[in-house]
Amino acid sequence: MADALHLDAVGQKNQHSKAKRIALEILAIVLVLVVLSPFVIVLFNSSKTFDHITRDPLSPPSDWSNLGANISAVMNDPTTDFLGAFKDSVIITVISLVVIIIFSAMAAWVLVRNRSRFTNFTFMLFVAAMVIPFQVVMYPLVYFLKAIGDTLGIKMLATYHGIAFAYLGFGCSLSIFIFHGFIKGIPLALEESAFIDGCSQPGVFFKIILPLLTPTITTVAILNGIWIWNDYLLPLLVLGGNGEIQTIPLAVTAFAGAYVKQWNLIMTSALLAMIPIVVMFIFAQKYIIRGMVEGAVK
Amino acid sequence: MKRSKLWDAVFLAPCLIALTMIVLIPFVQGINFSLTDWNGINSVINYVGFNNYKDMFQSVEFGYSFVITVVYTVINVILVNIVAFLLALLVTSKVRGKNFYRAAFFVPNLIGGIVLGYTWQFMFNDFFTSIGKILGVGWMSKSMIANKDLVIFAMSVVNTWQYAGYIMLIFVAGIQATSQEVMEAATVDGANYYQRVRKILIPMIANAFTISLFLTITNSFKCFDLNVALTNGGPSMRYMGKVVKSSQLLALTIYNKSITSKELAKGQAMSVIFFLMLVVFSLIQVYFSKKKEVEA
Repeated sequence: MADALHLDAVGQKNQHSKAKRIALEILAIVLVLVVLSPFVIVLFNSSKTFDHITRDPLSPPSDWSNLGANISAVMNDPTTDFLGAFKDSVIITVISLVVIIIFSAMAAWVLVRNRSRFTNFTFMLFVAAMVIPFQVVMYPLVYFLKAIGDTLGIKMLATYHGIAFAYLGFGCSLSIFIFHGFIKGIPLALEESAFIDGCSQPGVFFKIILPLLTPTITTVAILNGIWIWNDYLLPLLVLGGNGEIQTIPLAVTAFAGAYVKQWNLIMTSALLAMIPIVVMFIFAQKYIIRGMVEGAVK
Repeated sequence: MKRSKLWDAVFLAPCLIALTMIVLIPFVQGINFSLTDWNGINSVINYVGFNNYKDMFQSVEFGYSFVITVVYTVINVILVNIVAFLLALLVTSKVRGKNFYRAAFFVPNLIGGIVLGYTWQFMFNDFFTSIGKILGVGWMSKSMIANKDLVIFAMSVVNTWQYAGYIMLIFVAGIQATSQEVMEAATVDGANYYQRVRKILIPMIANAFTISLFLTITNSFKCFDLNVALTNGGPSMRYMGKVVKSSQLLALTIYNKSITSKELAKGQAMSVIFFLMLVVFSLIQVYFSKKKEVEA
């Protein structure tokens, strides 16, 4: 990888620059330890008894078997269904991502290829909607979703399809914007020849355009995935704080509310919430880092 | 076969319907509610004009929350950008294992505000205070988040820990896009490290600074999850003769007003003003990036 910065001035002694490099490496390692230390502290304190953590929150655990005991205490807790919350978080994140990716890519493709006053206006509408903060719409949204349930009989609150639809509404703007930027660069000739060969419009989209979008799909999936997985306020309002369907942030909040000051168990629930996303990051860090940067810079 | 208007409409419909139903209609409805006296439950709704807005501008609670949100945002903008820039310099230098450091600094960004909030509540209330007691340092023996003068700073520390790794990546992308030759030429001309960074690198990555600045501003301004889980607004304090919650940022104030204390219309009025502030930030950002495009 090309480095833009050269810390060693040209002509300086090799020895000198090597010492500098090692000093910087030591600094980097110390900083990594500082940044990651809260995770270690969470792990340590998840492995203590209530008595031990109250007496001494600093030292490493004396008996690691407490970790297993605490995990099973959190998992088998009667007030919060942690495994259920994990399952629901996975279902909600996956359905929402599939819906956001397919529908946003479809919309962006039309907005790029069919230029008219109406589509330009629509694109501006999607972009402008990104400025609207959740706080303005949160109550009217719940009110409106409830009204849909009452009048049309389609239950939108406390359902998987309801929350996935809400995530499509909030997530499509940025996703369309990102897809729009990429689709502009795809040569029109590719799809024209497919049309001439008798391919239908959905055929062209699913067989030609969608496969070309793979790198952008990763970016969109990562940006939306991290947001949806960690989101708290929308699930709280749409699913309810103690409804049938729960997500991990809701479960952790409910747990922390029910076990005030039982820090060993709260730390264990935090640990369980952290593990899936950190494991995911270890396997896909290259894509995640690229996706986060592209999402910000575009 | 060729493109048809019908298929275009079918392709556009799902997102357009979702946006309309989830964002646009509730948005219009939200502005509408802000002009009423509705509490969110009553069946009778009366229009009261701009009364909620007048009340809000006279409300000490809103005034304090606005001030403290601005303070929080300013501290974050400074801390996050400085830390992130220094980290970016470190991970683009000649150190071995750059990718590992980049990934490690980014990790806190993956975890949601709720989980981090509880984790850091433990850190401030139990962990740091234990260290303070062992060392016999008075101020460290008491929880920073129970102190009305330090709580915002404590929240900024957590925010910086979480967010700097992300902003670092944006600076890294900027630094990697600059040409190495200019830096080398400056070295040959005798510029020292500080001069090279100050006079050449920073101007060359001005665009990355603009992006980072606005990301940090909106992120801090909209902070909610971390606020709920770390302090939930506390501790209480006196401000201009009224009791206010010392760390209750705007998003949490709006939530508590409209949902917890059932004064929906007043909360909606606050949220409309909150929206207008974000519009101003966005317009300034658009202005700056347009200006950059002209210059480039």
